[in-house]
Amino acid sequence: MESQSHLANEELTFPELWTRRHLLDLESLSAIEINILLDTAQRLKAMTGGCRRKLSILSGKTLANLFFENSTRTRNSFSLAAKRLGADTVEFSSSGSSVSKGETFVDTAKTIQAMGVDWVVTRHSTPGTPHLLSRELECCVLNAGDGAHEHPTQGLLDMLTIREHRGRLDGLTVALVGDIAHSRTARSNMWGLRKLGAHVIVCGPATLVSPRWNELGFEVAHSLDEILPRCDVLNLLRIQFERQKARPFPSVHEYANRYGMNGKRMRRCKSDILIMAPGPINRGVEITPEVADGPHSVILEQVTNGIAVRMAALWLLAGPNKEL
Amino acid sequence: MSEPQALLIENGRLIDPSQGIDRVARLLLSRGKVQAIDPSDEDLPNYYLCVDARNCIVAPGLVDLGTELREPGHEEDETIESGGAAAVAGGYTSVLCSANTDPPIDTPAGVELVRRIAASCGGPKVHVIACASNRRDGEQMAELGLLAEAGAIGFSDSPRPIHNSALLKRALDYCRMFNLPIFDRPVDPDLVEQGVAHDGMVALVLGLKGLPTEAEDLAVARDVRLAEATGGRLHVGPISTMGSVDLLRRVKQRGIKVSASVCPHNLWHSDEMLRSFDSRFKLHPPLRSIRHIESVLAAVADGTIDAIQSGHMPRAREKKMNDIDQAPFGASTLETTLAVVATRLVHTGMMDWTSAIVRLSCKPAAIAGLDVGTLSIGSPADVVVIDPDEVWTVDSESFLSQCRSTPHEGDQVKGRVVYTIVGGEIRFTRRPALEHIV
Repeated sequence: MESQSHLANEELTFPELWTRRHLLDLESLSAIEINILLDTAQRLKAMTGGCRRKLSILSGKTLANLFFENSTRTRNSFSLAAKRLGADTVEFSSSGSSVSKGETFVDTAKTIQAMGVDWVVTRHSTPGTPHLLSRELECCVLNAGDGAHEHPTQGLLDMLTIREHRGRLDGLTVALVGDIAHSRTARSNMWGLRKLGAHVIVCGPATLVSPRWNELGFEVAHSLDEILPRCDVLNLLRIQFERQKARPFPSVHEYANRYGMNGKRMRRCKSDILIMAPGPINRGVEITPEVADGPHSVILEQVTNGIAVRMAALWLLAGPNKEL
Repeated sequence: MSEPQALLIENGRLIDPSQGIDRVARLLLSRGKVQAIDPSDEDLPNYYLCVDARNCIVAPGLVDLGTELREPGHEEDETIESGGAAAVAGGYTSVLCSANTDPPIDTPAGVELVRRIAASCGGPKVHVIACASNRRDGEQMAELGLLAEAGAIGFSDSPRPIHNSALLKRALDYCRMFNLPIFDRPVDPDLVEQGVAHDGMVALVLGLKGLPTEAEDLAVARDVRLAEATGGRLHVGPISTMGSVDLLRRVKQRGIKVSASVCPHNLWHSDEMLRSFDSRFKLHPPLRSIRHIESVLAAVADGTIDAIQSGHMPRAREKKMNDIDQAPFGASTLETTLAVVATRLVHTGMMDWTSAIVRLSCKPAAIAGLDVGTLSIGSPADVVVIDPDEVWTVDSESFLSQCRSTPHEGDQVKGRVVYTIVGGEIRFTRRPALEHIV
């Protein structure tokens, strides 16, 4: 541990341009800030031997996971990221805490803060809840997904994965395919990718991809087959059945047929295409097993990079005066 | 009880659109009625109170077509007394309160209860808009005839729309017997499923569930058609969209009798405010985009929209403190409506004070079938005195309403109520009145 801390001292200097205390969304970050996050993630990933070894640069600090929606991978990824940097973690979920007894989420968060935590990581079904918390709490707030709004660390890990493979994001064409309307992953990817110079296509059924995205400078497409040959990256979003009251397309069968990524469609892609999915994936709906497990798939690398970007976010938000 | 004293309002600019008056004049009120305009000194009684309205506007008291007073059942949000105090502070001398109470006001006893409490509170005149359907279930017509006998002056299922077209048609038809209006809040509920914000660019980017404008447009179209078919009295409001405005402009040219109103919050801020995710901006109708605001402003100015209603929907702090999905719609608006109208429409030159008084007093009174909204001799002595040039900053902590949630917190506005006089009695004042004894 000693030597690892020493290593941290040598290689990690706190970026002067980073002043934020919360990570709420990517829409409000600058390209410089996003690059700082990605560069830091890459360095921390290297320093931890691919997110496997432990440093102690954040020892004595505590992260609280405050999840009002179910999550396994994001919650565990944040916990692991904290532990890899030597911090402690504490877990809260809506079932089993006072929230189920009628307490408002702000009160719950304040209670947890009073226990002396440094970061609150929150997920909630309502857009903007992390923003409200950031105004109420003294500690750092990280958004782990707020309704259909944003999921900034997911956007960052997707971008880090692409950058590792291509060395850049500038000039690449990235298609986000599926349920754009209800996807926080889509929104975080859209803002982040565009700020770093990628061309973003949002593709899916017309009921799930608003033509108004066009007015904001994103390409809107409804035919996957038409855009396939142009794409450098395909990010296949899960159909969020749980967020839809009335199904926005006739059947899963029709959806899979029009938007599912399969072996036949793979043959029409660029030879170096990257296949990504934020998971959990519906095999046979948005992606067939041969694609998910095939040579172009980077789905599992995304999971590892999730720990890297979350380590970076925790370290940066904690501010410059850490015992490095 | 002593005889109500006489009140002389001097030096003010008297604006009474009902008589075409706009000039400096003195107004004498006595025995609860307007006694004289420009009385000579000999005509003054021996004892009277004197209000100096120098540099102020003296106009018929404001009439609100839609106020939620929440009592009985939701006294944590507002009571008839606190809401009444807020109303007179906002220049209102008459308010129409909606049946959004628990239980909803769908019986003569419910109407009686509200009227009795209001009479003892010393606020504005309170009139009841009773339920159009039993328990506001939207299916079976309430006992409209008995409710009318008990004093209800109109019917509505507010805050819900009357979704069942057959019910609305029956109610419009049936109400012709009493010559009373139906107030419909035009929304097609099938199109707004759990929406919280205007379905525009901001909601798209923020991932908020949308309230599409067509939900209102369709409901207005249906309502207007049913009013035409039945010949019943119909008021649609509050409206908020360009589509509603266009439709109303066309049907009014065809001579169909339908009136419409708008809330002050739809005259100012846009849905951009939702970027703060602050539930203060979760309002009904939702804050719309700029082009809708401009369209609505123009329609108020040209009279396509007849009236401005406060849209007062008070909700307790603990309810509004929630996230944007959980927090209820609504805000406290009685105390800011006049100032918002003055700031957005009069001081911008879109409308003169006479038109503002028409939208806030004369037209609402006519729509509600009340004998107010005028200062003609012998009419009720309901008067508002307004300082048109006072600049102030909205601070909800100074509200008399129990609800402190307002979309205008911190906004600088111009125009303020100085006196509100109901039945010849000063019910609200920012300045003392002088006694005058001969």
